[in-house]
Order: sequence, then C-alpha cells, then structure tokens
Amino acid sequence: MSATATLSVSTSGRKVQEVESITIRFAGDSGDGMQLAGTQFTNVSAIMGNDIATFPDFPAEIRAPAGTLAGVSGFQVHFASTDIHTPGDRLNCLIVMNPAALKTNLKDLEDGGVLIVNSDSFGPNDLNKAKYKVNPLEDGSLKGYRVIRVPIDKLNRESVKECNLSPREADRCKNFFALGLVYWMFERPMDATLKWIKDKFSKKIDVLEANTRALKAGYNYGETVEAMPVQYRVAKAKIAPGTYRKITGNEALAMGLVAASQMAEKQLVFSGYPITPASDILHQLADMKNFGVKTLQAEDEIAGVGAAIGAAYGGAIGVTATSGPGICLKAEAIGLAVMTELPLVVINVQRGGPSTGLPTKTEQADLLQAMFGRNGECPVAIIAPQSPGDCFDMAFEAVRIATEFMVPTFLLSDGYIANGAEPWAIPDVKKLPKISIVHPTEPNSNDGTTHENGTEEPGKFLPYKRNPMLVRPWAVPGTPGLEHRIGGIEKQDITGNVNYEPANHEHMVHTRAQKVANIAQTIPDLVIEGDQEGDLLLIGWGGTYGSIATALQRARRKGTKIGQIHFRYLNPFPKNTSEVFKRFKKFLVPELNSGQLLLLLRAMFLIDAKGLNKVQGRPFLVSEIEEAIEKAIA
Amino acid sequence: MAVTALPTLKPQDFASDQEVRWCPGCGDYSILAQMKKALTTVNFPREKMVFVSGIGCSSRFPYYMNTYGFHTIHGRAPTFATGLRIARPDLQVWLVTGDGDGLSIGGNHLIHALRRNVDIKVLLFNNEIYGLTKGQFSPTSRLGTKTKSSPQGSVDAPVRPLSLALAAEATFVARTMDMDPNHLTGILHRAAAHKGSAFVEIYQNCKIFNDGVFDYVTDKSSKADNALFLEQGKPMIFGKDRNKGIRLNGLNPEVVTVGKDCGVDDLVMHDEKTESATMAYLLSRMMVPEFPEVFGVLRQVSHPTHEELQAKQAEEATARRGKGDLDKLFRNDDLWVVE
Ligand code: SF4
Repeated sequence: MSATATLSVSTSGRKVQEVESITIRFAGDSGDGMQLAGTQFTNVSAIMGNDIATFPDFPAEIRAPAGTLAGVSGFQVHFASTDIHTPGDRLNCLIVMNPAALKTNLKDLEDGGVLIVNSDSFGPNDLNKAKYKVNPLEDGSLKGYRVIRVPIDKLNRESVKECNLSPREADRCKNFFALGLVYWMFERPMDATLKWIKDKFSKKIDVLEANTRALKAGYNYGETVEAMPVQYRVAKAKIAPGTYRKITGNEALAMGLVAASQMAEKQLVFSGYPITPASDILHQLADMKNFGVKTLQAEDEIAGVGAAIGAAYGGAIGVTATSGPGICLKAEAIGLAVMTELPLVVINVQRGGPSTGLPTKTEQADLLQAMFGRNGECPVAIIAPQSPGDCFDMAFEAVRIATEFMVPTFLLSDGYIANGAEPWAIPDVKKLPKISIVHPTEPNSNDGTTHENGTEEPGKFLPYKRNPMLVRPWAVPGTPGLEHRIGGIEKQDITGNVNYEPANHEHMVHTRAQKVANIAQTIPDLVIEGDQEGDLLLIGWGGTYGSIATALQRARRKGTKIGQIHFRYLNPFPKNTSEVFKRFKKFLVPELNSGQLLLLLRAMFLIDAKGLNKVQGRPFLVSEIEEAIEKAIA
Repeated sequence: MAVTALPTLKPQDFASDQEVRWCPGCGDYSILAQMKKALTTVNFPREKMVFVSGIGCSSRFPYYMNTYGFHTIHGRAPTFATGLRIARPDLQVWLVTGDGDGLSIGGNHLIHALRRNVDIKVLLFNNEIYGLTKGQFSPTSRLGTKTKSSPQGSVDAPVRPLSLALAAEATFVARTMDMDPNHLTGILHRAAAHKGSAFVEIYQNCKIFNDGVFDYVTDKSSKADNALFLEQGKPMIFGKDRNKGIRLNGLNPEVVTVGKDCGVDDLVMHDEKTESATMAYLLSRMMVPEFPEVFGVLRQVSHPTHEELQAKQAEEATARRGKGDLDKLFRNDDLWVVE
C-alpha cells in the first residue's frame, strides 16, 4: 500500500484507509475456483473506475492431487487510482485457501501485509500434503503479517446448508464466500457478481442460490465480525474518457483478427492445434462463425499451419496460432509460405522452453526462433504487442503486413499478456482503418503484339512480377486466364518457373530479404518515452512494457536522465532506430530470456548494450529493473 | 441453376508450358495423359481446378497441368488442400501424392483429411519405392524388398493403402493402374464426380528403381487371372476364361471356380454403396497369389462434407446472433464509462 495512506471512518464506524493502489492475490487449490474469484474481483474493480492489471498463475497439471503444492493456482489483481502498467510486485493482501497455497505464495506478501487464511483447512492431513511439519498458524512464523483467520469451510457450509446441495457442491461455493469477504474489505459492491451468478447458473437454481448466499455471507461476515482490522479505499483512476471493458491478450488477438478481416472484406480462416497458452484464440474464433470466420482444429501443428497457408492461397486471411513447440513443427511450412510469397499470420504465444518447458509460464525466448528458425535464408516479418490491449492493434497490423507484403508475419505474444488483463477503450468501428487487398483478374504482361489502335495483346500471367515494394500479385484460383503453379522449389523471378541457376537463387534470396526490409517504410517510428536524450536508454519488446515503463517513471522521479523505447516491430526494425541510439550513452535491455534482442541489437547496430535477463517463467518485478538501472548509471 | 455451357476443352488444353521431366517410360506419363483426357469430360471450369501435391516424383504433377497448382512440402499436401477447400468450396481440388509422401511422412494428414470428408480427390501413385531419393524401400514395399537401404531385404510389413483409407472412413475408395488407360480415365472421372474425400490408389510403374513390380496385373499374359475388375451390382468374376469368382465363406473370401465349385449366384455381388465398409475391407486385403487384386470402386457412400457442415454451422450462428457486428463483439462484456 502506498505510503500516503489517509485514514477516515466508514459508515459502519470502522476505520477506512485511503490508498493509491492495492495488489491482492487469491490462492488456493486448482479446484477452489481462484481464477473465477480473481476475474470477478477484477471486473468489479474496473467497473468501479480503478485502473487494473492482472496476472493469473496456474499449474501445468489440470488436476494435481488436491491440496498439494503442485496444485496451487493463483490470480493476482493490481488496482489503483493512478495509471498502472503491471500486476504489481509485492502483495498487499493474500488470500489462501489451504496450507499449500500459503507455502507457495507467502514469499510475495509484503511485510505487514494482510493475510487472510482459511483456518479450516489446516488439519494434519492438509499440512502434510503441503509438507509443513508444524502448523504455520501456530508456530509464530507469520507474526510479521496481519493474519486474519477465517473458518471459511465452516462458515460457507453454514451459509448454504438450506440449498439442497451435496457436501461437495456446497464446498464449491467457498470461493464466493472468500470473494464476499474481500469485497467488503475493499469496499466493492456485490451487484455485478450477483448478476453474473444469476446469468451463469440460471439453469441450476440450487447452485445459483447457494453461490448468492455464500457471497453475501462472506460480505456480511466482514461487516459484522471484529476480526477484520480495517477497510481500504482505492479511488477512481484518472483514465482517458471512453467506454471500457476488461480484455486479455488472447481475447484482444481474436477480436483484432476478426476486425482486420472485416476491414479487409476477407474471410478469416484460422487453423490451429490445441496448445497452452494459445488455445483460447481458437476457442474465441470458433464462436465467431457469424462473422464468416472458419476455424479448423487441425490434427497437429503442421496441419494447423498447412491449412492456413492453403486458405491464404485460396484468397482468405490464413492464420495459425501456437506456442513455441508448435512453431518448431510449423517451421518447414512457414518456409514454404516465404518461398511462395503467400500472406500468413503466425501467432506464437510464448511460454517457458525448451521442449515442453514451462507450459503455463511466460517467457520471451522465441525471438531468435522467429527470426532465424527455418532452413535457408528465410526472412519473415515479426511484430510483438506490448500489452493485452495492444494485442488488438498488433493482430490488425499482422494481417495488414502479411497481405500488403505477401509474407508470413509472426506475432509474438506471451503467456503473461495472453492471460493478463487490462482495461481497454472500445474502439470506434467507423474509425478502424481499411485494409485494401486487390487480386489481379487480368494477365500482367503482353505478348509483344501491338494492334493498330495501340492496344496490346494480353500475354501470360507472371506470378512473380513484382510491384515497386517487390511484392508479387496475389492471384487466386478461380480467376480465368491466370492459371499458374507455385511451389517450394526455387523459382525464376517474374515467371515463377522452377529454376536452379546460381545467380537466380542469389537474386531471389536478396529479393525476399529486401521485400521484408521494405516493410519498414510502412511502420511507425520509435517514440522515446521519458528523456529524449541522456545517460541511459531502456530497450524492451513485447510483454515487458509495463514493468519497464513503471521502472522508468520511478527512475525519472529520482532525477535520472533516462529514456525508454519499446520495439513492437522487430523485423524489420523501425527506420529511426539507429538515430534514437545516437542520443544515449548507455543501453539496458531487459528481457525474459538470456539476451536475444540484445544479440540482434549488438550485431545490427554495433551498440554496447547490456542485458537484464530473467528466465524464471515469471514476469519482471519493477524493482528488479529499478535496481538494474541504478547499477547501470552508477 | 442456370446451366452455362463451358467451352469444350481438349486434353492438350490442360498441358502447361513446362517440360515434363519424369524418366522415360515412367508410369506417371500415362497418368498425366489420362488425367488430361478425363478432365475434358468432367464439365467443370478449368480455372477452378487446383492440383496440390507434396514431394516426390508424382508430386511434380501440378507443374505439368495448365490449371492452378501448388507444389507443397513433403507429406503435408492434404493440409494445404484442406485449408484451400475450407476457404474455397467452389474449387475442385485434386491431390497428387505417392506411397512415401502420402503414407509415410504424411500418413497422419491423409487419415485426417479422409475422415473429415473434405472434398479432395486424392490420387496416390503407388510404385512401392522412393523414386526421387533414388530407390529406398517405401511403406508399401513388400516384405523382403531389396534396395540400397535394405540390402538384405526390408523387414517392415507394408501398409495396404485401400485398407487404410477405409479405416480412415473415406467415402470413396478405388484402385486403378497406369497401364490400363480406359479404366484409369473412368476412375478419375468417377473420383471427380464424388462429393467428399475420394481416395484412388494407382499402381504406377517406376521404370528406374522398381521396374515391373506390378507386371502380374498389368501384363496381358497374367492380367486376367490376377486382376478382378469390380462392377456395381455384378458378381465378382475374373480369370482368362471368366470362370473364377469370389465367394464368402463366413468372414473369409475364397476363390472358387464357377460351374465346378458353385453357380454364379453364390458369388459375392459387388455393392459399393453399402454403408458398412466390411466387404470393401475384405476386398482391400486380397492379394496375389492367394487372390486376385481388385480394381474399380470399392466404396462410394454419400456423407456430408466437412465444408458443408461448416457452412451449416455458420448459417445457424448467423440465424441465432445475426450477422457479425464488430461493435457488438467489442461490447460483449461488462462495460464502464469514464467521463
Ligand atoms: S524415378 Fe521412377 S517414379 Fe520417379 S520419375 Fe523416374 S521412373 Fe518415374
């Protein structure tokens, strides 16, 4: 909680502390409904006018044995009266439903933070499963925190006992009890969640009633029981006017793709194979068939990309999405799309690797894979959204670049922004840019005969005859007179015929590279945030924007001459990149990998940049970047 | 629907300007020639025909056709063809593959394209060898086949393409051969007319690395005794003297001599339209020398295609929710207004 808290007295006569921002985490067994509680809390906070950022954290196992350390699931919400960019470093409040959740999450709670504990779940068996030898509630190890022991199991069962539920079903309401309690503590109204329960369980009246009662019972417990030390108030944030919703990165990607296809007046064909954390994009799009979206749940990752390329060949917007291991499998087909110069959007929601790695954790370690991970010289366009909401704009850009340049375009998201949420200003549909796509209908050469009246006899269609940006025409099957063949064998420029000549191959390698380089002429320049020149430039890309931007603000308050750039376009880089580098003395590149952007920048711009690298499957804490800044300028 | 007369095309109208580069004497030449002939009679606009292929000798096929063509990567042709058909149900999509491309590296995709009943006409040129990589044994090579990679003979049991297609729920399953132009043209024609995924195995002679492997069915001297040509509604009769037939003994087919072992009425009548694939499966497993090998259409049933089912869902979704409206989509969650 911020240091500038003020105290006042609430209507209930209880102390109310005004704070700028709160970071809270719900943690429990993966069957305890913590993701749901966190999501509801987020929605209500957003509706109340706070700025929000969230971070769900779930285990790789769908149902690890109940109560074990491997089965702990958490959901973190940061809400504030100021502009925030991250889900928060340290927790002000932690709710734990069992000892395993306590053990895995306590280290993130600030000293003196509020710890709400479900005291009913600290029996010998529960402690044993969490590998506690002595009960932490009784050995004094929690004395640095404000511990609130609530017998949640018992109180919850009591509150729903008239609802005609089995004991198991009754216990499933306890997340709502906990949520109610926290709503009281942070002065959140219950109506939005009550309405949600009503809509969600309209067909299961008993469950509807029970969850309603549990939520209210939790709230009332906070109000009536002396155990709760204080209430907290977080005022509305000053946010740009508009209508807002909460959006996750994956939701924004799905919407951005559909919006782009509509603005291009093209059919969207999405084909993918289920993989964490990208599957949600498939789920979302599969439910948008009334937009003319077609989805294919392919038999494997290769088929996922193959069908997308096939669709693109047919004139649709072909998209596939996966995570790192899936990209490995798709690599050969992406090479074919580079060779045949077809538009293709490839989304990689990055996770911890190598191999299966950390499927549910975040990492930014696939940049070099996107850049170089195919045989031969095989350049693609690469872009990366910097926040959940930015996924919408960048999905749109991916479609724009792929179709305008007839080139596979990688969009690198990551587990952190894919599942994380932030407020999103609903865009004005009328102001969305058009994407203009033209398919040729006539041959693009003449056969050399000129008639007396000056008209020329149409000749053949030349599939690799390029425009000034070096882009070939997107002629689609079904067009009479333009029948032609494409394929993965090297081809002669202009005619597209199979060709093995050495000089032609070199020419084509350079041409494909130059075409990708030409994209730079259509993308925005880098904008420096903070000082426009100075001692240190922070350089980031992708999902780390929020942490770096927050660290920048803090460093500038301390008087450091420091700027920040964030690459949303990684291949090609924006035109003014080297010009920006000339304005700073030192460069710090924070990345959730061992230095991949760093390697590219040092190689391509010859700058003596230093990396700040973290590969723990978790996002940066702002404090980690702050420390690195201090070291860098010392 | 108004019937618009299409221009009458000749086989040579389907020839591209590319030089054909198969080895002299390769069975692929005959298939290419019959394909051009068959397409003149399918009554479909040429610009809406697409040939998709993978990698291998057979997969060069699209380059030689004056239609749209996409030469893709090894084994994956069904995936590209599937995406193409999903995007463009108005196109006629042919897929040319071989025993290595379609049954080894691409076996998985073939199975799934067939079971989805995507409207693709799959032509599997089976020459029981890897030609383009210069003569290794393939997944259809017979046990003991001696090649550079199996100097003592291959030890892997071969896959039977027709059995695999049936197991994958293909709605059209047929076999033909490069050396019987009329039969080949007829089968191609029927594959073109089928709605749904069609699977055609074509025995194809690789002159260079596996010459003569199908002589027992293609050679005049032994063809009649080793090849059984299936005809819808007709008893299964074969042999030089047209006196041999197939009878069912419980669940086992057996070769009988008509007039000696039984009468014509005791023979199996061919019915490609039965929903059950059991008889077709039994036929797919018959091999020389115990049995004749079957040619013709083993199975042809009518099921909705993947594309039709997708279109139906799109219609239903639109009827239920109205045509997609971006503004509505953006707002389909809790909203709040900041002033
Ligand atoms: S290697 Fe065999 S299959 Fe390939 S082109 Fe030559 S003869 Fe035909």
